[in-house]
Amino acid sequence: MNIIVCMKEVRDPDASSDVFKIDMNNNTLVSADNVLKVVNPFDEQAVEAALRIKDKTGAKVIVLNLGHQLDLVVARKPLLMGADEFILLDDEGFVGGDSWSTAHALAMAIKKIGSYDLILCGRQAADSNAGQVGLGIAQILGIPCVTIARKIEVEEGKATVEKVTQDGYEIIEMALPALVTVSSELGQPRYPSIKRLRAANSIQPLIWKPADIGLEPSDTGKAGRRAKILRLYQPVREVECEFIEGETIQEAAENLALRLRSQKII
Amino acid sequence: MDIYRGIVIFGETADGKLASITREMLGAGRRLADNFGEEVHVILVGRGIQSAVDETFTYGADKVHLLDNPKVKEYQPDLFVQCAIQVCEKAKPKAFLLGHTDMGQDLGPRIAFRLNTALVTDCIDLTIDLDTKRCIMAKQVYGGKAQADFDCETYPQMATIRPKTMSPLEKDETRKGEIIPITIDIDDSIIKTRLIDKVNEESHGIKLEDADIIISGGRGIGGPEGFQQLEDLAGLFKNAAVGASRPACDEEWVSTKIQVGITGKIVAPRVYIAVGISGASQHVTGCSGSETIIAINKDKTAPIFKVSKFGLVADWETALPAFANKVKELIND
Ligand SMILES: Cc1cc2nc3c(=O)[nH]c(=O)nc-3n(C[C@H](O)[C@H](O)[C@H](O)COP(=O)(O)OP(=O)(O)OC[C@H]3O[C@@H](n4cnc5c(N)ncnc54)[C@H](O)[C@@H]3O)c2cc1C
Ligand SMILES: Nc1ncnc2c1ncn2[C@@H]1O[C@H](COP(=O)(O)O)[C@@H](O)[C@H]1O
Repeated sequence: MNIIVCMKEVRDPDASSDVFKIDMNNNTLVSADNVLKVVNPFDEQAVEAALRIKDKTGAKVIVLNLGHQLDLVVARKPLLMGADEFILLDDEGFVGGDSWSTAHALAMAIKKIGSYDLILCGRQAADSNAGQVGLGIAQILGIPCVTIARKIEVEEGKATVEKVTQDGYEIIEMALPALVTVSSELGQPRYPSIKRLRAANSIQPLIWKPADIGLEPSDTGKAGRRAKILRLYQPVREVECEFIEGETIQEAAENLALRLRSQKII
Repeated sequence: MDIYRGIVIFGETADGKLASITREMLGAGRRLADNFGEEVHVILVGRGIQSAVDETFTYGADKVHLLDNPKVKEYQPDLFVQCAIQVCEKAKPKAFLLGHTDMGQDLGPRIAFRLNTALVTDCIDLTIDLDTKRCIMAKQVYGGKAQADFDCETYPQMATIRPKTMSPLEKDETRKGEIIPITIDIDDSIIKTRLIDKVNEESHGIKLEDADIIISGGRGIGGPEGFQQLEDLAGLFKNAAVGASRPACDEEWVSTKIQVGITGKIVAPRVYIAVGISGASQHVTGCSGSETIIAINKDKTAPIFKVSKFGLVADWETALPAFANKVKELIND
């Protein structure tokens, strides 16, 4: 059984808003140098989901990562967790894409890999906040897809998925091959294992350029996108915070209640 | 682009009535369509939804494309995509809107990729560029650290709309419209995913989305016992509920169903009290529509204070009992 996990490298979503600035000329977000690159958190959960299946079935887990000048430390993290192989779609041509061009390139790469039973994505990327690429890949490949999963079980050519909904969850079945997008409700991803360090470092990535997956430069990245950012900005939400004080914490807390009452807030 | 006309909305119903998100999309869709002098189409798929059809007209639709069939018990992606494709082939709309709901999040990208067009998800504002006569869609990116205006350069321009961001029109009982049946054989062979079971995990009591006051706890609460104290405080008010940040849910101190934020619930109560929550952009995105935010945090530099009207820099374990006692006294007065 082959499982492909699509993982995106993103800037640390926990970094504080202050360290980001807008580059108005290019409509991009510029971050301070100390902002780390990390595996998109939901994709780490997707890796975990794949490894839970591997633990049971001995499946092979291949990680696909698209971008430019990808950070090998980030890209290798799934290997330290237990994944088997990684493929980097790394080229300047992939820069500046949207959900459309990204899903296309990933689908082309998956076609090139050829044999797969399950494809896993994160429910959404921490930078785009789109939640589209997984469904896009499934549409392009013509395979069934369930989104926002918290549990995946596979047996005899089918997958049973628990999909998170606003008020609970649904149990959905589909035939393999299929695509599932994974959410944080799956639970904590395992830690990268130091014991795997040497083995993981000896695994070399396959590096594919647009031409390797049958794409012209004009089909991908910025040239292949369909949604364009006209303007990127940081909306200012200026609220002057009134700090409530008191001789003691208890008194301050009581003063807060009094203040809220006098303002008819409570 | 002249062949593209009008706005299509994929509607949703709840208990046989029009869902609030659909009324909101109708408000936004109507304004766009009037600007173009064109029509608003609504797709409704379900069973026993006739009364929702009439409501659709009173809230601004011109045409309803209807599949009302006892076989359609639940949302089924493959069937719903086919309905959307059929309507778009006939109507050739300029724009296509869905709710950023369980259904819309799952359905929107499927339709967009089938129609070879671009979609902006979780859109919070829709405007028209007067020069290009195209819709401009605003959405938060980088977990709410920035916002972007998007132009989808292909038709229909698609968006999923975040609930509670658009205003519905006044109901107009005199408005009428045309019903166009969707003609699809509900053939099981098109169905690729099968719903086996549906489980409701929502706790009883006041729903987060409907609460007037929300008291939310974060990692700083430290465990489920602390959340009990927040519950007790909520119990002092008439219409209050407890929410949480993601770590509190991840740690299983509380149900994941009360997570507030970009991947949890988007809430806009009158009062939002954040206790032991740092105020990460992904959380604040989910509560920034609240009228008044109040924060209790021991770290004066926590970003939550930047969006709060009132702040208390304190250890919540010391502050909360005193606060709750005072509230009780004041309310009973
Ligand atoms: C793609 C993505 C989606 C996400 N979606 C969501 C989402 O929907 N909702 C969400 O909430 N998060 C979400 N997150 C996570 C988010 O980035 C933050 O990590 C999270 O909101 C932090 O939660 P917190 O404030 O409870 O914890 P922390 O950031 O750890 O803050 C804890 C706070 O408690 C304070 N504190 C500690 N002890 C005390 C005490 N005794 N008294 C008073 N104060 C105390 C501390 O000073 C601190 O400010 C998402 C992240 C990503 C990457
Ligand atoms: N550049 C990328 N490389 C690999 N996977 C990606 C990339 N972009 C998106 N994905 C996958 O698609 C998911 C959803 O992304 P998005 O639609 O941008 O929110 C992510 O969680 C990843 O699993």
